[in-house]
Amino acid sequence: MKTRTRNFLGQLLTLYIPLVPFILFSLFPFYFMVITSFKADGELYNLKANPFIIQLSPTHPDYSGGPTLEHYQLLLRDTPFLTWLFNSVLVSVLATAISIVIAILAAYSLARLRFRGAPSFGTAVFITYLVPTTLLFLPLAQVVNRLGLADSVWALIVTYPTFLVPFCTWLLLGYFRTIPQEIEECAMVDGCTRFQALIRIVLPVAIPGIACAVLFAFTISWNEFIYALTFISSTAQKTTTVGVTAELIRGDIFYWGSLMAGAVLGSIPIVLVYVVFMDYYVSGLTQGAIK
Amino acid sequence: MASVTLQELSKRFDKVTAVNQINLEIPDKEFVVFVGPSGCGKTTTLRMIAGLEETSDGTILIGERVVNDVPPKDRNIAMVFQNYALYPHMDVYKNMAFGLKLRRTPKPEIDRRVREASRILGIEELLDRKPRQLSGGQRQRVAVGRAIVRQPEVFLFDEPLSNLDAKLRVQMRSELIKLHYQLEATMIYVTHDQVEAMTMGDRIVIMNNGEIQQVGAPMEVYDQPINMFVAGFIGSPAMNFFQGKLTAQNSDLFVDLGKFTMKLPKSQINRFGNHVNQRVVFGIRPENISDREEAGEHQQERVPAMVNVVEPLGSEVIVELSAGDHTFVGRLDPTTTARPMHEMAVYFDMGRFHLFDAETGINLTRQ
Repeated sequence: MKTRTRNFLGQLLTLYIPLVPFILFSLFPFYFMVITSFKADGELYNLKANPFIIQLSPTHPDYSGGPTLEHYQLLLRDTPFLTWLFNSVLVSVLATAISIVIAILAAYSLARLRFRGAPSFGTAVFITYLVPTTLLFLPLAQVVNRLGLADSVWALIVTYPTFLVPFCTWLLLGYFRTIPQEIEECAMVDGCTRFQALIRIVLPVAIPGIACAVLFAFTISWNEFIYALTFISSTAQKTTTVGVTAELIRGDIFYWGSLMAGAVLGSIPIVLVYVVFMDYYVSGLTQGAIK
Repeated sequence: MASVTLQELSKRFDKVTAVNQINLEIPDKEFVVFVGPSGCGKTTTLRMIAGLEETSDGTILIGERVVNDVPPKDRNIAMVFQNYALYPHMDVYKNMAFGLKLRRTPKPEIDRRVREASRILGIEELLDRKPRQLSGGQRQRVAVGRAIVRQPEVFLFDEPLSNLDAKLRVQMRSELIKLHYQLEATMIYVTHDQVEAMTMGDRIVIMNNGEIQQVGAPMEVYDQPINMFVAGFIGSPAMNFFQGKLTAQNSDLFVDLGKFTMKLPKSQINRFGNHVNQRVVFGIRPENISDREEAGEHQQERVPAMVNVVEPLGSEVIVELSAGDHTFVGRLDPTTTARPMHEMAVYFDMGRFHLFDAETGINLTRQ
């Protein structure tokens, strides 16, 4: 019992207390976002009010009604927010799925097959990933127009893999290299073709790596802004990131409350995805780190 | 079950030749051991037999069938890997059943074979465990079990015991030998450990630099090594080598070793006649060096030496000695009086020496 207490104290001092500043630092934006989204305009635009809390005491001079849902009402009633949310989900899920499938095949070939130019091809994939999207959106806009996909979510589903595939390939390549080649070879002696070995042996073992790639790909697609802004103009085809900023910033008027409400609702799917994949994701990171 | 035949088999990686035109016939049901230092091409040869490595040249036959272009899964072989290569996401039962499942073996048959194999290997209680919950020795058994259930024509072992501790290795060694008697299968076993090779193989294939040096029964390669490499590689402690020169005096032959000479037995003179005045290497195994003169059938040569190190092992005493510029090792009786930094005379058994050509390394004693 005594040692357990001492252990706990030790952990408290060496682990939990040092973590506090980091947690505060990383959670503060979320806190501020949530609190702003529930704050009434009167208090929100009152420069004397404390920006970090919602005033709950009716006797306080800054009090203007306490928490409110009016920003959410505006968002859901006056803008097609749910359509944007649906578009975001559609684009992110499809772009992630397409990219992961391609990346698995590409990363596996680069990690395992000995073909001419394999190493330089691997480097090329990495370099592609480094080309900034701000450079690529102009030529890609032409491509999208030629394909007849302009002004539709399909423009995004087609273009997101251009940066997701290199990223996921690069991430999975590292992971596949940590999987001992012998278990695949053993599967091939046991009766698998190479493709069967990939599906039945390598993929189940690589789940942490794949989960990691899915998480990142989904988050990147979800947060993507430039392509979504430039390729799409009609409101009904917009994704959350672009929709919220386009409709709730009118000239120099910022609907801060509703913007924050959009951000809160928009981050829920990401949180859900992380909750589902978190365990795999963490083991994915550590497994990649030690080998 | 089947024989395995290698004809002019070669493997080149870019500019490096890993295996160079080897020829070998392994009859049905034989336990053959490939042994050699690391990088000698033994594992590459095994992987070519398995189909995991393409051949650069030559032919591989399993039974009557040329398998050069047959994928591993259709060669009807099973392989045990050095690091066990268990499927980490499957429990022991599924690991063993995997190959049978792929071959669409009926479920009751799979079950029968898995239980049979796990009984033979004593891993029945482990069937529902995952590989990470097993010890090294248990993993090793599962890897072997996975090979057994397949009932392949040929078993391939790639240094399967090198990750085990010494005690377990000895135990698994005898279990694999027993298994060979039980299964009556062709087994090809790769190791760098000459003790494993000696104890396990019906025949030993000694490789170096991608070439087969010698093929033979364990005692044959031990007693009649074809060259200095084999003589030095097989046997522990290794054979002693003395650089010298073959000289003739009157009607006798001597090996001039600088500070002292070895008189060769009269019966051997005819063999070495045409090597007189050439550089040779005199070789003798530690156990053929004694600290007492024995009246036996063999001639003995007395060598005064200095004792450097004495290592008592209980049943024997390993002694490092020096004489002239030569340092050598003797395996003496535990009753020896050898003491470090003291002089003593040792006797070389001249019925069991080897003489090698210093240039080619070929054993001149062997006819």
